[in-house]
Amino acid sequence: MPELMQFLLSGVTVGAVYALVALGFTIIYNASDVVNFAQGEFVMLGGMITVFAFKAGLPLPLAALIAVAVTAAIGVALNKLAIEPARGAPVVSLIIITIGASIFIRGVTQLVFDKQLHRFPAFSGDDPIRVLGATILPQSLWVIAGALAVFVGLWLFFTRTLMGKAILATSNNRLAAQLVGINTAWVMTLSFAMSAGIGALAGVLVTPITLVSYDVGIALALKGFAAAMLGGMGNPKGALVGGILLGLLEALTAGYISSQYKDAAAFIVILAVLFAMPQGLFGKKSTDRV
Amino acid sequence: MKLSNKQATLLVLALLIAITPFFFPSSYYYRVGSLIFVNGIAVTGMVILIGYAGQISLGHAGFAGIGAYTCALAPVHLGLHPGLALVLGAVISAAMAWLIGRPILRLKGYYLGVATLGFGILVSMVLANERDITRGPDGIEVPDLGLRGLLKDMGLNLNNSEFWYGFTGLALLLGAWLALNLFNSPTGRALRALHGSEIAARTVGVDVARLKLQAFVISAVYASVSGSLLALQNKFITPDVAGYMHSIEMVTMAVLGGAGSVLGAIFGAGILTMLPQVLTVFAEYEQLMLGLVMMLVMIFMREGLLPSVLRLIRGRGE
Repeated sequence: MPELMQFLLSGVTVGAVYALVALGFTIIYNASDVVNFAQGEFVMLGGMITVFAFKAGLPLPLAALIAVAVTAAIGVALNKLAIEPARGAPVVSLIIITIGASIFIRGVTQLVFDKQLHRFPAFSGDDPIRVLGATILPQSLWVIAGALAVFVGLWLFFTRTLMGKAILATSNNRLAAQLVGINTAWVMTLSFAMSAGIGALAGVLVTPITLVSYDVGIALALKGFAAAMLGGMGNPKGALVGGILLGLLEALTAGYISSQYKDAAAFIVILAVLFAMPQGLFGKKSTDRV
Repeated sequence: MKLSNKQATLLVLALLIAITPFFFPSSYYYRVGSLIFVNGIAVTGMVILIGYAGQISLGHAGFAGIGAYTCALAPVHLGLHPGLALVLGAVISAAMAWLIGRPILRLKGYYLGVATLGFGILVSMVLANERDITRGPDGIEVPDLGLRGLLKDMGLNLNNSEFWYGFTGLALLLGAWLALNLFNSPTGRALRALHGSEIAARTVGVDVARLKLQAFVISAVYASVSGSLLALQNKFITPDVAGYMHSIEMVTMAVLGGAGSVLGAIFGAGILTMLPQVLTVFAEYEQLMLGLVMMLVMIFMREGLLPSVLRLIRGRGE
């Protein structure tokens, strides 16, 4: 039993990170119908900028705040410079643009910073906490709490505030939203800023556990993409559940079957889910207009 | 005499392949040339899948991996000639594409993207992890094709890079010819109708599911042959051939050059294969430049490089 508990705890921790990345995917997808493959780079930037700001002598919370703000600004720039000029382009072109953006961000990061692995101290020390015979790092609790807080915050934002409802309206029908006076350009800006900020926050939270270097973004983007698809693209609840499920699957496969094939199990389950439910677990059934 | 689009494409391609070697300062350029041709073959397959049928794959490197490792393993374990191993690889890839294509191709857009991505990752993972058979991530040697020795006996003495330049060039011509024939056939027209609108195509009686599957299987064979040729040429192969980045490369080459036409896609393969060679001087800036090129071309030249450049030239002439 302690063994199972250990796998579950580590699975939920990893899953919380995937969920944060998937939530970032969801926000941008809802606002613009674009799957942003540069989402993983936001996580990387969050970690890297915090590391270097902290090394420059800033206190950790301030360094983290700067990292989130700078990354959010980069997200807005990505929208203005690359996504908005390509509005209406086919899906393949958009995939290439955002993958191009992720390669570009990686290239700039290794020039501005370096290619080394980095970390900064955990927020509440490194002494593991015992839970039912298993152990969990205090930092893991931060990660899980962070994912939950972001999810609840987003839920409140989308259901209780006028701005959140404006974003939902824009994702439903852009033209209709413009007609009722919603500033859709501002909605896009806000969505990219939020998505990038959430990615950076994930990077800040997880760096003390997994370390960070300029190239950690690709793997995270792929997993987050898979998690978002598993839950059903565009649905925040799907992103959260998809992320946690993916993390659990990986941890259990690594523990009981083979650590080499942990990524395989995740993708096999995703394929199976998509065969049975082509829109993902929580996705809406869509109809095409000819 | 008025040339048809097909004849013109093949003529341009053949002339380019035949004439450029006269300008090569060293034999190193033969090697770059044959790399372009090998990528060109895979990319021609992507034209059929993306340009004709309008489907996405982020996992076609998986088929390249199958082709490459069949050439490495079949001669050793089955005693097969490496040339026949290439054919066997193509058959396995086709069968695999047919099996997974049936359920996967019901998905659309990004969902199809993640499903094919999963397939590619599974293949590269098996290649990297089954060390007993594939020798793992460090790679495995591939037997010699033996054709160069045969040509030597017949009195045609080519050095290794010259031989592979000619051989892959001919293979690319053959692949392009087949793809262009497909484009003008009833199947090709039905595929393009499917690209335009799936529902409209179905309404006029096109068997959408069967057609998508055909395009998927054909493009898988192209990818597999490309992987086999890469393995035979290098006499060595690593699981990277099946990796995610290689899949993305294939799609990018095709779409960047212009996925709507065979010549455009091969042009894209040429540009992206040469880019790292040119940029070795600024190795640190390679990623930055590559990302920038991908974004700029897709934003400002939506149909791809070659169609946009051609339009510019024509626009001047008028």
